[in-house]
Amino acid sequence: MSQIVHTHRFENGLVLLAEPMDWLESAAFTFLLPAGCSRDPAEKLGLGNFVCEMAQRGAGGRSSREFVDALENLGVDRASGVSNTHASYAGAMPAANLDDALAIYADLLRRAELPAGQFNEALQVCLQEVRAAEDDPAQKVMQQLRLQHVGEPWGRSSQGTELTLVEIEMDDIRRQYDLTYRPGDTILSVAGNIDWPRVQVIVEHLLGDWEPLDAEPVTEAVTRDRYLHLPHDSSQTHVAVAYDSVPYGHREYYQARGAVGVLSDGMSSRLFTEIRERRGLCYTVYATMHSTRDRGAVLCYAGTSTDRAQQTLDVMLAELQRLAQGIEPDELDRLKARVKSSLIMQQESSRGRSASIAADWYYLERVQTLEELSRIIDELTCDTINEHLAQNAPREFTVVTLGKQELEVPLGVS
Amino acid sequence: MEFRETTLADGLEIVAECNDRAYATGLAFFVNTGARDESDELSGVSHFLEHMAFKGTPRRSADDVNRELDEIGSHSNAFTSEERTVYYATVLPEYQDRAVDLLSDIMRPSLREEDFSTEKQVIIEEIYKYDDSPPFGAHEKCMETHFGSHPLGRNILGTIESVSGLTPKGMQTYFEHRYSPSNMTLVAAGRVDFDRLVEEVNRWCGQWQDFATERNVGPAESHTGFELITKDKAVQQYVVQIARGPHSTDPARYAARLLATVLADDSGSRFYWDLVETGRAEYAAMGTHEFQGAGIFMTYLCCEPQLAADNLQRIHVLLAKAQSKGVTAAELLQAQNKICAQIVLASERSSHRLFSVGGAWTQQREYRTVKEGVDAYRAVTLNDLHAILEEYPLTDNTTVAVGPLEQFANHA
Repeated sequence: MSQIVHTHRFENGLVLLAEPMDWLESAAFTFLLPAGCSRDPAEKLGLGNFVCEMAQRGAGGRSSREFVDALENLGVDRASGVSNTHASYAGAMPAANLDDALAIYADLLRRAELPAGQFNEALQVCLQEVRAAEDDPAQKVMQQLRLQHVGEPWGRSSQGTELTLVEIEMDDIRRQYDLTYRPGDTILSVAGNIDWPRVQVIVEHLLGDWEPLDAEPVTEAVTRDRYLHLPHDSSQTHVAVAYDSVPYGHREYYQARGAVGVLSDGMSSRLFTEIRERRGLCYTVYATMHSTRDRGAVLCYAGTSTDRAQQTLDVMLAELQRLAQGIEPDELDRLKARVKSSLIMQQESSRGRSASIAADWYYLERVQTLEELSRIIDELTCDTINEHLAQNAPREFTVVTLGKQELEVPLGVS
Repeated sequence: MEFRETTLADGLEIVAECNDRAYATGLAFFVNTGARDESDELSGVSHFLEHMAFKGTPRRSADDVNRELDEIGSHSNAFTSEERTVYYATVLPEYQDRAVDLLSDIMRPSLREEDFSTEKQVIIEEIYKYDDSPPFGAHEKCMETHFGSHPLGRNILGTIESVSGLTPKGMQTYFEHRYSPSNMTLVAAGRVDFDRLVEEVNRWCGQWQDFATERNVGPAESHTGFELITKDKAVQQYVVQIARGPHSTDPARYAARLLATVLADDSGSRFYWDLVETGRAEYAAMGTHEFQGAGIFMTYLCCEPQLAADNLQRIHVLLAKAQSKGVTAAELLQAQNKICAQIVLASERSSHRLFSVGGAWTQQREYRTVKEGVDAYRAVTLNDLHAILEEYPLTDNTTVAVGPLEQFANHA
């Protein structure tokens, strides 16, 4: 795994990361802008997402249609989205088209048309998204869990609500774009069949004179309800549980990640084995790490029929508590095999590497190489993970359920 | 990059695209069996059997299967469609032998009674999960109406009633009629040691009993019609629409996919500009699906209920206009650029390439390099697209709408 990751910070604060992968024909880029929904005003939730929708409706003199047609003719497979922390724009394409694609995205970041004439259409797009999410109970219960456990603003959903979206005006869009589409704290990563000196020159030319602006800090508020039930006339009851952990970048992050891996990675993991395989209680069950820069949490989900929901919650909580008693060597060996194979397989994907190095930079302000990660995984032992678990036993659970009946959440657990 | 193939004495085919520069090895059993091979009593058995394959064999318990798949760090799973069941694992090259052993072993599952009862509950939960998820059964209902009594109209998961009625014995009989080595293909892609692969597959599968399998591939008589299913708890309205399209060995399938991309891809298409970019719909797109002897264009629409009738009318106008006026050269070129770039991107991952190679071999009995795949799309002309519009009128379709609406304007 010989791997080089180049980094360069421009004077305006923009960080450029590049990982050459000359065995591929593709190249991919990821822009992470500090324009996440945590910066939405409370009464205008969904603003960042709305800006992201408007920003893609023409830029640099191109109309909305010319913008999309140009990218599609370059074969750019696009993705965009807004998380709590970032607005992201990513693309993967035949490597020869990277320069042209970056030029178009530089226009989006600096010279978006934000056409007032399309404000209503874009608002409708955002409203449709909110309504469609209402029909997806698994997504809804996890959105609510993040809000209950992580609190404002880091646990909020980027979509906003029908009530907050209609409060947004064209001036809000322009102001938020102007405030948050800035180079300070913005990360651009590229990976694939690329030439580093050339990428540096191109990006300097496109974004080197992008003007910075200081960002205002966000206000935090934790409002925890230990158990919340959302009544819903569904076939299944959707069970969601969260507890505190450590964030990405914490010295014990990989111990915590290892423990979650034992719970949820692979078909021999504890949740899959105990809830699905042994008892047939559900089709989908998982646990995943959630991280902001300074807080971490573990979020768990299972979807099950109403009459078996209580048993599913009980078994899930019992498994979470059993974790504190430690993990076994064979569980760790399997986890290491899975993680290592994922790391090596990432080298078949410019898109995957571009996303990984950008995320690393956000959390760590540096990029962990695959060799470094591999060494960290090798050094994980049951003792270090169990020590972490002894100090950080899963407890003080936040529980959210969505379905026909409320469940009993045992006292002393939540 | 080298393509290799061989057939074992018992009829099992092995095909591989060997790429020395790949980092991973993808392996899969493609079994030519699925919902179309079932009877009413056995509805859902192909999919249930796919689950049971992971529940143990004479050599392994269910725990052993799951544990060993994780021990080799595999990314593995399985899926069942109308006409095939695929079991796959992507591993690092050093685990090729162990992955072959495991996948081969689960192709001869024990179907133990106790595992069967537990797994039945998991399947029922899976059915409930889809009951709760958009488009709330519209897809299955539309397939059923479009294909009528033709087996392609069968529901893959089955129903709570049909799955509840399945027995290990019935499943065993189905297995004995479908899982013949000559009805299966072992496909490999990425970094593959082919000689070793053949040796190991022969070791585990060389003694399987071969028998003849049959499939009803009679012509599908497609139907048209409109059905509204009221689900008052849904917030959005969901519409699925199916029209006839080219089948899996028809060379016109490339033109059909390009046509669907021009008209109704989820970005940059006529549907996109009229329905999605304007905020009239949350989602509106059309794709092609090809089966043995029949093919379809399938449209999916999700929007606010009060806009559904108007949106459906707009879709009709867009399709009718394409039929009368055709599409432009610029639209075709853009669709070609988009699809060809996607083929190249997907080909870089052994785990994706596995399905392209396996799909082409099992459906068309051919191997296509990435370049040949790209060239096939580049060779399509405007005339080819117009021939599709003539042969397969997209306005003749079956429509199923699910959502809070109790009646649909323009439809009885």
